[in-house]
Amino acid sequence: MSPRLPPAIRRYAEHPFWQAVGIVLIAYIVVVWVVPILPGSAIVPKSVVLQYMVTVLVGVLIYVSDNEERWRRFKEPIQAVLIEPRLKAVRAAALAGLTALVGLAAYGQVKTTVAAPPNLRSIHPAPPAEITFRGKTIALTGLENPLRQHPDSLSSYLAEGKRVYYQNCLPCHGDHLDGQGHFGPGFNPLPANFQDNGTIAQLTESFVFWRVAKGGPGLPREGTPWNSAMPVWEDFLTEREIWSVILFLYEQTGWKPRTWETEAGKGETGKGKGDD
Amino acid sequence: MTDSALLLLQAAADSTHAYGEFPVIGARAFVWITAEVHLMFAAFVLGVPMFAVVTEAIGIFGGDERYDRLSKEFTRLLLVAYSATAIWGAMLVFGLSTLYPRFWAYLTTIFAPSMWLYAALFFIESFTLYLYYYGWDRWKKGRAKLGHWTLGILLNVWGTIVMFIANAWLTYMMSPPRDITPTTDPTTIKLWHAIANATWMPINVHRVIANVVFGGAIVGAYASYRFLAARTDEERAHYDWMGYVGNFIAMSALIVLPFAGYWLGREIYQYDQSMGITMMGGFMSWLWVIQAFLIAVLFLTGNYYLWIGMGRIPGAERFRPYTKYLLIVLVLGAIVWGTPHTMIADSKELAAMGGSHHPFLGALGVMSAKNTAVNLMILTTFLSFLLYRRANTRPVVPWARTGTIIQGAMFAVAAGVVLFYGIRGYFVEAIVRIGFSVYQVLAVLSCIVFVTLIDILMTRGAQSLGAIRWGKMPPRSQYALFILAVTFTWLMGLMGFARSGIRQYWHVWQVMQDTSKYAATPALGYASKMISLCVLIFLSLVAFVFWLGGLAEKSTFVAGEGEQGARHVGH
Repeated sequence: MSPRLPPAIRRYAEHPFWQAVGIVLIAYIVVVWVVPILPGSAIVPKSVVLQYMVTVLVGVLIYVSDNEERWRRFKEPIQAVLIEPRLKAVRAAALAGLTALVGLAAYGQVKTTVAAPPNLRSIHPAPPAEITFRGKTIALTGLENPLRQHPDSLSSYLAEGKRVYYQNCLPCHGDHLDGQGHFGPGFNPLPANFQDNGTIAQLTESFVFWRVAKGGPGLPREGTPWNSAMPVWEDFLTEREIWSVILFLYEQTGWKPRTWETEAGKGETGKGKGDD
Repeated sequence: MTDSALLLLQAAADSTHAYGEFPVIGARAFVWITAEVHLMFAAFVLGVPMFAVVTEAIGIFGGDERYDRLSKEFTRLLLVAYSATAIWGAMLVFGLSTLYPRFWAYLTTIFAPSMWLYAALFFIESFTLYLYYYGWDRWKKGRAKLGHWTLGILLNVWGTIVMFIANAWLTYMMSPPRDITPTTDPTTIKLWHAIANATWMPINVHRVIANVVFGGAIVGAYASYRFLAARTDEERAHYDWMGYVGNFIAMSALIVLPFAGYWLGREIYQYDQSMGITMMGGFMSWLWVIQAFLIAVLFLTGNYYLWIGMGRIPGAERFRPYTKYLLIVLVLGAIVWGTPHTMIADSKELAAMGGSHHPFLGALGVMSAKNTAVNLMILTTFLSFLLYRRANTRPVVPWARTGTIIQGAMFAVAAGVVLFYGIRGYFVEAIVRIGFSVYQVLAVLSCIVFVTLIDILMTRGAQSLGAIRWGKMPPRSQYALFILAVTFTWLMGLMGFARSGIRQYWHVWQVMQDTSKYAATPALGYASKMISLCVLIFLSLVAFVFWLGGLAEKSTFVAGEGEQGARHVGH
């Protein structure tokens, strides 16, 4: 601690109990108020705030109890509040405050709200090994975008993809491909943000093809409830149009599609560990 | 294979007598509980002999009788645990044969010879254990002692083969060879072909290491129980030392376990992409967030135990001021390691974030961040142990200062490599990023190996700053050992569910479909409750075994021969 602090403040700043309180408070302020105001950031979901605060609390408890002297000093104010006659008012206030806190937490849990409850939705469900596209069987495993085999025609495919995107995808996925289209806010789950490094940047083009072709109704049953409003685009677009729009998505966002392992006999890797 | 053929097969599988029913809890829950508790006991009876035999060897070749007594005390716990393993195994077999008769018939058709061998080896293993334990005092000296130690080695050999055989059955369910289809007649499948499937060896390796971790943790918990119940200082000293040894072994093996897990995960991906994605990116990905949290608990608790332990080591006060920085790295690592990529959020939060990926914190949810965090946590834990080991010594070799500087530089280089590839990973495509984790792991492992070598050379003949005051530990340190054991057990149940659950509605992946009413993969909440129930049953029975261990005979601790002179395992 800085020696320039006034003695009264220094006494608190050097006391393990108040250090612990301070660390927890600062961590809460950082997570709840500072992180959201960082450039390009947003509010931190309550589930994540809880997770972070529990981790910090465990760290703080380890800090105050990993040596005898510090642990003894940490407990001093707590014991004093619990037993010393002169702190009767503080004791009463602490008990009342604690009870009120538990009551408030309980109230927060049971009060009715109009918001839909959060759900554990897996964003990248496992794709099938093959799909049927308008009666034609397409094997997804190891599949690359067939349009990339014609580098000379890429610009025309890209132009076609752009046209398809603006005619069909724009209202939901937006002008910036960031999921902020005019209709976007009306959906839950929100339309995918292709600029995010967690969407198409993590996927093979065959995965994206499957998602575009089969839409929300074609999602596998492993990750229900599925309420995605993504249409089944195979009913409206040709196979080439879908591959073209996929080209356009990667070209426009600058992401490179995930590639397949080519090492002989190694099979393939669809998605890296820990990506989700 | 045409759809109509599949439907026919399905209809056949769905016919009567394919499934039985168990009262109240249902068939799946019965098999789940018996399989999991059997597996936990099996891990215990495989893990404990591994270091019973190692500690016995330290006793024989190092001439320190304390280790021999410790080894015998471990082995005593095994006797009852063996019976429990067999009983739960029998319940599992009865459960499978009566509740899933068609599936069981399919497995036995392929694996029958291996099942006979399994039973024979289990028999031999049991009698080797009896000879090993009851012959302890009879074969105590000279060549007879070496013969006794050989029995311990044999015990491990039989146990490992038994486990490899059982692993073949369950890995076949996960990754049957690709030429086997729903129409393949099981009588035509060659036994070795079925055994040597894609995930067999990765699971074998992963489980051998995990058993050491688990055995160490359970022995640590046993020691902590005896420590808390001890009546004399000598007894406390003995069990404090035993707890330390258990924890040391558990944490050392834990450091290499993620690498074995990585290999297994990779093999699963290579065998079947969709199975891999279900595990890591799809439905099962939430388990990894829970797993991350539990691993963070392990790292924090393991370090906490070491730091409290420094309180009983003269000279450790030199290093105490630094532990808070290690703690900061561990807490930050735990935060990054546990940050989900896809966050649980309500509609308002989702709208603010523009999706379920946080625009800022989402960067911590991807592979680069996770690998960086966990590698730095491993390095930090290693540094903690190094400080602990150094605590009561002062090196006297002339190059001590240079050696310490080199060690420091190695840590800095390893951390630098981990950070460099962690950050670089954000700017390269996925296929390159996956390869980066290898460099990070190599940097950390090299640091651990070379720093340890330097340390061993440097502390030769080092000046002692006083003996460790074994037994002078506050009770909360012992609760830390309990937490470690509970967390390891829970993790085992959780990861077992992940491994088994990724088969979804298949008994044998894409070969034999589960058409029972329990075919649906259970929801995570239900799975968590089932895992907790299994952990509770197992730990309750283990508590009973511990109690029996104290009841059957007196502790191997001999009053008057306290552990005051005992040194760290690492010395």
